[in-house]
Formats: sequence, C-alpha cells, structure tokens
Amino acid sequence: MTATKAPSEPPQQRAVRRPGDRIFAGSAQGSGIFILLVLAGVAAFLISEAIPALTAPAEDIPGGEGLASYIGPLVVGTLLGAVLALLIATPLAVGIALYITYYAPRRIAATMGYVIDLLAAIPSVVYGFWGLAVMAPTLVPFHLWAADNLGFIPFFAGPASTSGRTMFTVGLVLAVMILPIISAIAREVFSQAPALHREAALALGATRWEMIKMAVLPYGRSGVIAGAMLGLGRALGETMAVAIVLSGGAGATVNLISNSSPSTIASNIALRFPEATGLGVNTLIASGLVLFLITLLVNMLARWVVNRRADFSGAN
Amino acid sequence: MSTTTQLRPTSSPGQDPVRVERRLPRFAPLGLFLAGIALGAGLSALTGFSVTSTVIYGVILGTLAVYVASRAVEGRRKATDRLVTSLVTTAFGIAMVPLVSLVYTVLDRGLARLDADFFSASMFRVVGEGGGAYHAIIGTLVITALATVISVPIGLLTAIYLVEYGTGRLKKAITFFVDVMTGIPSIVAGLFAFALFTLLFGNSFRAGVMGAVALSVLMIPVVVRSCEEVLKLVPNELREASYALGVPKWRTVVKVVLPTAIAGLGTGITLSVARVIGETAPLLITVGLITGTNLNPFDGRMATLPVFAYYQLTQPGTATQAFLDRAWTAALVLIVFVMALNILARLISRFFAPKTGR
Repeated sequence: MTATKAPSEPPQQRAVRRPGDRIFAGSAQGSGIFILLVLAGVAAFLISEAIPALTAPAEDIPGGEGLASYIGPLVVGTLLGAVLALLIATPLAVGIALYITYYAPRRIAATMGYVIDLLAAIPSVVYGFWGLAVMAPTLVPFHLWAADNLGFIPFFAGPASTSGRTMFTVGLVLAVMILPIISAIAREVFSQAPALHREAALALGATRWEMIKMAVLPYGRSGVIAGAMLGLGRALGETMAVAIVLSGGAGATVNLISNSSPSTIASNIALRFPEATGLGVNTLIASGLVLFLITLLVNMLARWVVNRRADFSGAN
Repeated sequence: MSTTTQLRPTSSPGQDPVRVERRLPRFAPLGLFLAGIALGAGLSALTGFSVTSTVIYGVILGTLAVYVASRAVEGRRKATDRLVTSLVTTAFGIAMVPLVSLVYTVLDRGLARLDADFFSASMFRVVGEGGGAYHAIIGTLVITALATVISVPIGLLTAIYLVEYGTGRLKKAITFFVDVMTGIPSIVAGLFAFALFTLLFGNSFRAGVMGAVALSVLMIPVVVRSCEEVLKLVPNELREASYALGVPKWRTVVKVVLPTAIAGLGTGITLSVARVIGETAPLLITVGLITGTNLNPFDGRMATLPVFAYYQLTQPGTATQAFLDRAWTAALVLIVFVMALNILARLISRFFAPKTGR
C-alpha cells in the first residue's frame, strides 16, 4: 500500500545507475514480461495445435459430424454443471461467510475459517473419489423421487439414473469444491465493511440482521459477485472430479438426473486424451481452446468487478 | 448456537411494569430448537428412522418453533433476526457435512493399505495384491520440486518488479494477466505443455519435465500474488532508511526487503506448492503413468501419486479390491501431503515472522 508510491518517483537529478541495479531491475522486469509471454504462449500453442481440427473436413472429426457438433454438447454439459454448482454454492457461501464474520464466537471464528479453507486445499481427484463413493449412492433416492415428483420440469425429466453418477451429483460435488473459494472472498469483504456504518446501525437500534442487511451486504455485494465468478471459473475448468463421477452420454440435454447428460469439456479431454491419436488430439485441443476462452472471459469479468469495487470502496 | 449473548438475562418477562420491550428468556430459543429436533426425530421415526431425516426435519421444525415463539413474544424484527441466525448457522453446518464425510471416507478406506509396503514397493510386475506407490510418491516429489524450481524465481522476481520497480501500463498489464492466469483450468495448462513439447521434440516425447512445466503455469500466478501481497506489507521506512545510508536499490531489496518478508514469502510459496501437488489432470495428459520407478524427469514417463490413484480407481485389474485399496490409500497420502504443507506454511509464518511484527 505504502510501497507502491515512493520508490520509483523520477528524481530531478538522475541517480547513478549501478550495474547491479540494472541487472536486478532488468531480471525482475524480464520475469514479468516472461509471464505475459507464457500466457500468450498458452493461447498461441493451443491455437496452432487446434488448427488442423478447425480446417479438417467434418467427417474426419470424431463423431463424424464436424467440430461444432462435437464441442457443442460438451459446452452445454460444462455450463450446466458449473451453473448448478454456482446456484447451490453461492447462498451457502454467503451464509458461511456471515456466520464466521458476525455470528460465530470470536474465539473459534478464525479456526473455523481455517477449516473451511482446508476444503479448498483438498485435491480435486480426492473430491472425485468421494463423489463416486459417497455422494452418488447417497443421492440415488433423491434421483428416483425427483423423477417421480418433479418430472414436469425439463431438468428432472428422467428416467432417473440408478447409479447416481449424473450431472446433478456432479453439480453438488462441484458446489462443495467452489464453496470455500466463494466464502473466502465473501468473508474478506464482509469483514471489511466499515465499522462505523455497522456501529451506527446498531446504535440506531437495528437488530444484528438489520445491521447486516443495511451496512454489510450492500458493501459486500460486488465482492460476493466477484467471488461467485471466480468459483464459476473453477467449476468450469474442473476436470478430475467430473471425469470420475459422471457417467454421461453424448447428447446435448439439460436433463440432470438421467444417464444421458453430456460430458464436460475438461473431463472429456482427460478421459480421451491418453488414447487419442492424430486428428483426435487436435480436436481435443480445439475443445480445450474453447474452454480456455470461456474461463478467460469469466475471469476477466470477475476481475473487472473486483477492480471496479476497489476503485470506489476506499478499502485498499 | 442460537445467539442470546447480547441479551441480559432479565427476570421473567411481564413482571417489570416499566419494561415495554419483551424478550424470550435466555435459554428459551435453544430449548425450543432442541424441542424441534426431538419432534423431528419423532417425525422421522414415522417414516423409518434415519439420522439424515431427523436432522433435516429437526432443523426445519426447530427454526420454525424459535421463529413463532419469538414473533409472539418479541415482535417481527427480533423474530426475523432469530430466523436469519438460524439460517446462517445451518448454512455453516451444511458446509461442514461434506468436509467431515470426506475425511471420514478417505480415512476409513485408505487405512487398509497404509503399510510399509505402500511406501517401499512400486507397481513393477504387480498385477494383483501387494505393490505400492513408492514410484508414484518419488515421481510426485521430483515433478513438484522441478515445478517449484521453475516457478519460484520467476514468480518472486515478478512480485519484486510489481512492488519495487513497476510503473505504468506494464505493471497494470502484468497484474491483470497474472490474475487472469490464476483462473486457467489445470487441464488447459496440461494441453499447453503437451502442445509446446510436441512442437519442440515431436509427437511421442514424454518426460516429467512436461508435467513440471504444466504445473508451473498453474503455480507462477499463485507465487506472484502471495509474494506481492507480502512485499507490499514491508514498511516503506525500512527502504528509505536503507537508501539514506547510500545502499543501492538492488541491495536494499535483497538485504532489507526480502529478509523482512521472508516469513510471508515462505508461507506463500509453501501454499503454492500445496496447491499444485495434488493436480491430476495436467499430469494425466502429459506425463502419464508407468509401473516402475523413473528418477529422470527429462526422459520417459513418470508415475505420480494423483494419476496413480486415478488409474487404480478407474481401471482396476482382476483383483479389484486390491486396486481400490491402493487408490484410497494414495488419496489419503495425498491429503496428508497437502495438510502437512498447509501446517508447515502456518509454522513458517509463526516462527519466522519479523520480531517487530504485529
């Protein structure tokens, strides 16, 4: 905060540039530029490896109907799982963040925050194991119930899967995975809500909930949105948990509880890449490029929201 | 649980003629909530008793009971407050369920094969029972170490650039794109490493370094962000004191700024290692898996713990249970690695923190 201002003000009289300084500054700047090159490289190499698939005749693409109809269902599957996860995780994450910042006893609040953060550190392959072994069997009764009672909604049209390895289960597992990400950011902005506003609300006789509604939530809203976007980015790109849990079909359907849900881009790559050859590899890389662009868009949007907030909040 | 901490326990409501505002007795909300849970247990017993339905019915009924009682005695605003308290606490409780369930499941199934063999034997010529993950653990350590060696200098120097030297548009661009890079899906990083090495060395090239490069793409932005935050915390007075003594800028950074921030830097770097050590997808599509031990990350496939776990689970051989046991033990060891790194990070920040710090 303080460090950003002072050191590099150009003085009137130019200081002596020592070789050590020049080397150090140069290598520091070089690393920064190198990172930009890496990011550009990621895009460039993906594009160069995807070009054969983009230019190939439609019947050579796996599936035989062209690139768009190969990637299309995967995009539907990716968005479906990620959005479902987001819808489940965001309200819960806000609740957790509020609990830790304003409800939990002070002495244990920090520990609870740390425990929730540990959820974020667990490797995704372990979430996949857990999803397959615990979540999928546990959710089978819900699948059957939903098919019987909610069948009129397209999302629950059925027929219900009897293994539970469906897009619905995937959405729940992804929700568990992105919960700590969203709640970490929400916690941070909630705890930064100006103490004066909070105290003023309480002094005017507000209950705790009214204080939160009037002083904390308006302040933290864009932070929550940004956190949700980052969680969405993570859910879109999540690979192993989906690859292990989902046993999907190929059609582009929004049915969450049947065995016919499309796979997601990332899990499709993980499942097919080790055995892919020739144009198959290029097709998968092309689908990876699509995923890259989607997550890039979501993340840039999230950062934009965060930075916009930083400009007017005065917190930084 | 239900929060009554800010309320003073008063004599029973209605006795004091002056007091207009009426409150529930201190432990009434908790009691009502427990009564709701008991009722939930009863309701659950009607449809075949189970813990899950007891908790679900109980929480709903308990919340309703508290709300109705509070509404009758304390009025609408206070009742809403109690309702929200209940909801928020429930949200936290719901979040703890998967954590507990996950840890329990992994321990329950992973302990079966947590023996000396698992850490000393590889899967070389093992088709059924026995065997271990020695080769995979070594592979994970080698590849993660290589990724750290690539990422830390680049990440740390970039953080130094951003805090000490950076100005204008280049700084803004680097900050923004480092943020964007944080969100790159791990599988895309793997595809990048694959495409890069395919173009350089041909189609069939496989080596641990591919995985290390992929992990570096994921690790560098994390290192930059955490180191940048820490370097920003170093007070400017220290830098100015150093300049005033005529110390060149680069020596100020190396001798004053970095030692002051060393605890935070250590913590940040350890956490970034923890973040990538469990990555599976990029290793799956670049390094793959072998059954023997390969110590050379520049030639040939290597086994890594997450990929090992994945294949043991999804492609079990004829002795299915042996494969599943190895998979769960590998998952357990992986969690232990990650937790150990997290604890190490906390210890670093505790023991190496500057003496004058907060």
